[in-house]
Amino acid sequence: MDGEDQTRSGADLVVAGAGLIGLSCALEAARSGLEVVVVDAGAGERASEVAAGMIAPVGEASWGEEALLGAALDSAARWPGFAERLEEETGEPVGYRRCGALHVGLDRDETAELRRMHDLHGELGLESEWLTAGACRKLEPGLGTDAAGGYVAAGEAEVDPRRVLAVLRIACRRAGAAIREGVVAGVRDDGSGRVAGIELADGSRIDSERVLLATGVRLGELAAAGTAPIRPVKGEVVRLRARPGEEPCERIIASERVYVVPRANGEVVVGATVEDRGFDTRVTAGGVHELLREAYRAVPEIAELELTGFAAGLRPTTPDNAPVIGRAGPEGLLVAGGHHRNGVLLAPFTAAAIGAMLQDEPVPEAVAALAPGRFAASGVAS
Amino acid sequence: MIVELNGRDVELADDATVADAVLAAGIDPARRGIAIALDGEVVPRSELPVTPLAEGQRVEVVEAIGGGAPEAGGSADAPFSLGGREWGSRLIVGTGGFRSHEDLERALVASGTEIVTVALRRVDPESEGTLLDVIERLGLFVLPNTAGCYTARDAVRTAQLGREAFGTDWVKLEVIGDDRTLLPDAPELLAAAEQLVDEGFTVLPYASDDPVLARRLESVGCAAVMPLGSPIGSGAGIRNPYNIRIIVEAAGVPVILDAGIGTASDAALAMELGCSGVLLASAVSRAADPERMAAAMRKAVEAGWAARHAGRIPTRLHAQASSPEEGLAELS
Repeated sequence: MDGEDQTRSGADLVVAGAGLIGLSCALEAARSGLEVVVVDAGAGERASEVAAGMIAPVGEASWGEEALLGAALDSAARWPGFAERLEEETGEPVGYRRCGALHVGLDRDETAELRRMHDLHGELGLESEWLTAGACRKLEPGLGTDAAGGYVAAGEAEVDPRRVLAVLRIACRRAGAAIREGVVAGVRDDGSGRVAGIELADGSRIDSERVLLATGVRLGELAAAGTAPIRPVKGEVVRLRARPGEEPCERIIASERVYVVPRANGEVVVGATVEDRGFDTRVTAGGVHELLREAYRAVPEIAELELTGFAAGLRPTTPDNAPVIGRAGPEGLLVAGGHHRNGVLLAPFTAAAIGAMLQDEPVPEAVAALAPGRFAASGVAS
Repeated sequence: MIVELNGRDVELADDATVADAVLAAGIDPARRGIAIALDGEVVPRSELPVTPLAEGQRVEVVEAIGGGAPEAGGSADAPFSLGGREWGSRLIVGTGGFRSHEDLERALVASGTEIVTVALRRVDPESEGTLLDVIERLGLFVLPNTAGCYTARDAVRTAQLGREAFGTDWVKLEVIGDDRTLLPDAPELLAAAEQLVDEGFTVLPYASDDPVLARRLESVGCAAVMPLGSPIGSGAGIRNPYNIRIIVEAAGVPVILDAGIGTASDAALAMELGCSGVLLASAVSRAADPERMAAAMRKAVEAGWAARHAGRIPTRLHAQASSPEEGLAELS
């Protein structure tokens, strides 16, 4: 594919977006035999470059988000197989680790709030075990002495999203998909309500009867009006590195304001702020200060770690925090985006859903509630 | 007989009542907004015509202007007047902490609010797709706040930037002492309020439940005073209702209970204490069902306001039957 005429080319499926969602879906399609071209606009606004990589359906559960929870549980169950197959196909590790997560309250108030979440887990039938302060510290001896109680979600896992991105690119190419640089400027139709392909910002075109838009925070600009009302929600993270023997914790440790994610390779990610500031990716002193201060309260040993960097990313977020996955607009057009805090978690589910739609096979049950049309009906979308 | 009326001796008929004395002063005793005292004791309006006078007694007729809260004597139907504008809702809702824009939008609609606060530090009005889109779509008035400011200079600067960015000279002034309690820093708050009033802002300060601070804020020209019920986000309700009453009694500007509301009865209590409005956020945004809690708060504020003006009964130690006890059939 790479050697073809760049101004006019064709494919069975064009995937706009080379983030975790776009590549996962492209791989699924390529594995099923479709000729796939992925258009990659670069890493600049890619949420998966900044994501901490928590696969945490329990910790993310909240009131009134049952549709999202269904997809999250489905996807978390798919992750071990997803990771294993990727590693088999490429020989490259993705850092998947079912490490569990300990959510800890650092004072009475935080602990009461956690207890409320734990009670919700009970109502929702989620795996969540309440621990006293002593039991928390026995489980994770690096916890600060402020720890006053919490719950452990033993099934939560983590993955290194930047590793996954790199491995997905390899796997896509091996499965026959092409990845080319470019910015998608628009979707073309054939005049009778069918998709005809896409147009790139440099004026070139790719013909295809099927197009998947997976352009994250830019999805709303390409999708039909009202089908993908997505806004950017800023998050800042700090990256630390532990030398062997310095690992501050075994599990993901989450307090009310931060999470600390330890990776097998020694990297420790502290995240994340939640800011409604549009397309702003500046890292602020205040954001870093708060992350480090709160992480230090939870796990004081992080003070000894090497500070290797910070970053700010943009979560693509819909009005109800759940993604839009499915057909939208002209026939042949699919969208997959708006994954908010759950892009890494939901990647295998999203890929399975899009793959099934492309093959006209039965889709995962939970995808029904995530249809792009849902906002137009409620009047919530602009 | 001769009685003293507002410091002057007047002659009245020997069987004159207090009502006659008030009439003699040229004032209609039925008029609202006046209070009548006989020898220093307030006489209820209904008893004016049946309270006899005696030679040498002292009658004072006081018009309730300034002094008492401007709305305390007003009718239950009076519109909410704040910052020189009239509002249909006495509930102001903060927009922080909602789990999703959908939750936010539904809650705002259910609350019936017309004024919402937005943190200047957290939202960039130049950006699309922020919660300002939701607010704009609902046609609500944006009251920018200076949340996250710890010094007077920081708050003044933030308010000035907000004026440019949001095109409004209204500001909810917050100057916080520390991020553990989020309690107001009174000296910094007062300094910032004074400067912002001087620069033409309509200043609504988030204050401690301190009657002296409230008075000082009013005297530098704030358009309202907004004492806390308890710390921000604590949901601990109104911890010192006596101070809120004292603030209301002394205030010549609207008093808005700001912070600490946990549930609907807290909001109703604020209104019963004489507040002109309630400002809340976490009680709704962090509720399991924000839309339903917002509707509850709307009703609570309306109910508390109505109860305040409906003339509640005094509390009694012993029972008093609500049904007449005379003339009952003897069914022995």
